[in-house]
Amino acid sequence: MRNLRSITYQAVLAGVVLFVVVGMAWNASNALERQHIASGFDFLNITAGFDIVQSLIRFDETSTYARVLLVGVLNTLLVAIVGIVIATGVGLVIGIGQLSSNWLIARICRVYVETLRNIPLLLQLFFWYFAVLRALPGPRDSWSVLDVVFLNNRGLYVPRPSAEAGFEYVVFAFLAGVLGSVFVWWRQAKVREQAGHAAPAGMIVAALLVLPALVAGAFLDFPLRLTSPVLQGFNFEGGVVVLPEFMALVVALSTYTASYIGEIVRGAIQGVAKGQLEASQALGLKRGQTLRLVLIPQAMRQVIPPLTSQYLNLTKNSSLAVAIAYPDLVSVFAGTTLNQTGQAIEIIAITMGVYLTFSLVTSALMNVYNSRIALTER
Amino acid sequence: MGASRKPPQRDLPGPIEWMRSNLFSSVLNSALTLVAILVVYQTVVPFIEWTVFDAAWSGSTRDACLSHEDGACWPFIYARLGQIVYGFYDDNQRWRVDIVFIMLGTGLAWLVLPMTGAKGRVGILMLTVFPVLSFVLLVGGWGLPQVPIEKWGGLLITLVVAVTGIVASLPIGVLLALGRRSALPVVRSLSVAFIELWRGVPLITVLFMAANMLPLFMPAGVSINKLLSALIAVALFSSAYMAEVVRGGLQAVDKGQYEAAAALGLGYWRAMAFVILPQALRLSLPNIVGNFIGLLKDTSLVSIIGFFDLLGIVQSGNADAEWATPNTAMTGYVFAGALFWIMCFSMSRYSKYLEGNLQSGERR
Repeated sequence: MRNLRSITYQAVLAGVVLFVVVGMAWNASNALERQHIASGFDFLNITAGFDIVQSLIRFDETSTYARVLLVGVLNTLLVAIVGIVIATGVGLVIGIGQLSSNWLIARICRVYVETLRNIPLLLQLFFWYFAVLRALPGPRDSWSVLDVVFLNNRGLYVPRPSAEAGFEYVVFAFLAGVLGSVFVWWRQAKVREQAGHAAPAGMIVAALLVLPALVAGAFLDFPLRLTSPVLQGFNFEGGVVVLPEFMALVVALSTYTASYIGEIVRGAIQGVAKGQLEASQALGLKRGQTLRLVLIPQAMRQVIPPLTSQYLNLTKNSSLAVAIAYPDLVSVFAGTTLNQTGQAIEIIAITMGVYLTFSLVTSALMNVYNSRIALTER
Repeated sequence: MGASRKPPQRDLPGPIEWMRSNLFSSVLNSALTLVAILVVYQTVVPFIEWTVFDAAWSGSTRDACLSHEDGACWPFIYARLGQIVYGFYDDNQRWRVDIVFIMLGTGLAWLVLPMTGAKGRVGILMLTVFPVLSFVLLVGGWGLPQVPIEKWGGLLITLVVAVTGIVASLPIGVLLALGRRSALPVVRSLSVAFIELWRGVPLITVLFMAANMLPLFMPAGVSINKLLSALIAVALFSSAYMAEVVRGGLQAVDKGQYEAAAALGLGYWRAMAFVILPQALRLSLPNIVGNFIGLLKDTSLVSIIGFFDLLGIVQSGNADAEWATPNTAMTGYVFAGALFWIMCFSMSRYSKYLEGNLQSGERR
């Protein structure tokens, strides 16, 4: 009896959902026919006919809409990754700073969190883009560092690195150094665990990271040339330009997200059992050592899940790029491409699909990670 | 415990001692303090100078601001205040918006302040009668002249979108949360799919979807109002987040409560309505408020799809040649930012306070 009822419930619900979906699809196909809009994914192979100001891969007017999609996805990932790295660093500082025994530092970090968290991100983005970066001087009056790096209202100009013959050997040497340092790190940790005495790794690791590449470079007469940007006429030539849109987006996203990360870090450190703090003090560890060796490793476990969701939020929030015309996925694909082709359903579906894939892949990885590091409580 | 056992008397630290232990306890700390003082000096002082001492305070045109090169242009805000609050709502009809604001303010104050009674009934009024009344007042009808939605803007649109979002998302969110915990596989998987879909995509794509796709989904001849489609988008989006908040509350309710309800012979719906949900909602109230803060901030995204909300109005003022000064943009952002900050910060304080209340209630 009970079974029958639950099956009826579910059948009715499924029926209603199906009815609504089919109804919408029916209406949509009629509407598309009336408005003479094509449907299907053939438009991806059509030439887009517009240029994109920033692209990590080759792109010009003859490229297809599929390529536009790819450029958009890469630009979104670029801004998200740079933003995540900076946000993590700033957030960690803010989180630890809030617990500082220094009253002034703790206060400043608190004010930082409470200010940035309570103002819309879009407003902060506009602030950085329209009020700060637009107000920078023009190319002729650029701010410069050593006449190599220039900052003006058209962007940040940095030297363009170009590899010369033999550069690949430097890369090999560097990679070998990285492998070596990983080995040393692992080896010394094992010694510490098994022998129980100190086995420092820091200096050796640092040396292995720097020296091989440096030595190889010196032998090959440093096969990397930097071309500095040079002012020619009204603008700079020769360097790499970081667009003001990119800078504004990275600054806004990372400072905003850092306020949330700061709260997560603070909560996690405070969440570590008090006995741990007291035990480490009883063992005579200094405050910095307590933080580094006892509190942070344990806080990490609690930090990872909410931190991941902040990373995802940052990635999703990078779609605000469309408001300042940074060429991210939403801007070039759900914006320009949609306007040119009119194929709203396909384009929005693809765009949402991309973000959804990011989310699902990340949460799948997170679940694996969580199950690996989960603490087995007594 | 004996009444006479007082804690040992401790002298309050004097200012010098306080500074020594809190600011200059070590060499590193002293250095940090000096850096911090420098940072504060370099940021707060110029900001105060810009907003107060170097700012243009009087005047009615941009000429008043041009002479204050390094200060805020407050006359821009006076000139635009009407638009910032009401958008382009007809001047002689603005009293209707005022009444809605007053109703909202009184209702919220009633719900928030500790000394008022009958919160449950007022809450239900706010969720049922208030939206209907506001709709009639804002749109028109029943003798009131119609005000087309294209004329709405400023704080009005911001609050309409945020409040509609929260009011619509509560019931949908509760149903989705129950669905996600349901034993029926079809119900559960549909709820999970719905929740994860909206939580996995940025709001701006949902708004684009509403603007571009919803009109296509309507039957032929039925046109959908632009604001309504944005409201649907916001409601769908925030109900997914609300569902997760309510689910957290449902999980936090003691298992014994479910068993007790079942033992009393209550069916699923009655157990939920009378035993579980009242407790779960109370437990999730701080997070519901947190959700509302997020939603209020997110409403600023409607300016991207062409509404003149609080941020949109300020942004449009920047492009106005009549007010072209080097400080107009900054002034607008600082003003709008301060408004948003006051609203969001006070709500976050309230959420903290609720959390504290809950904890003291649980500590029997």
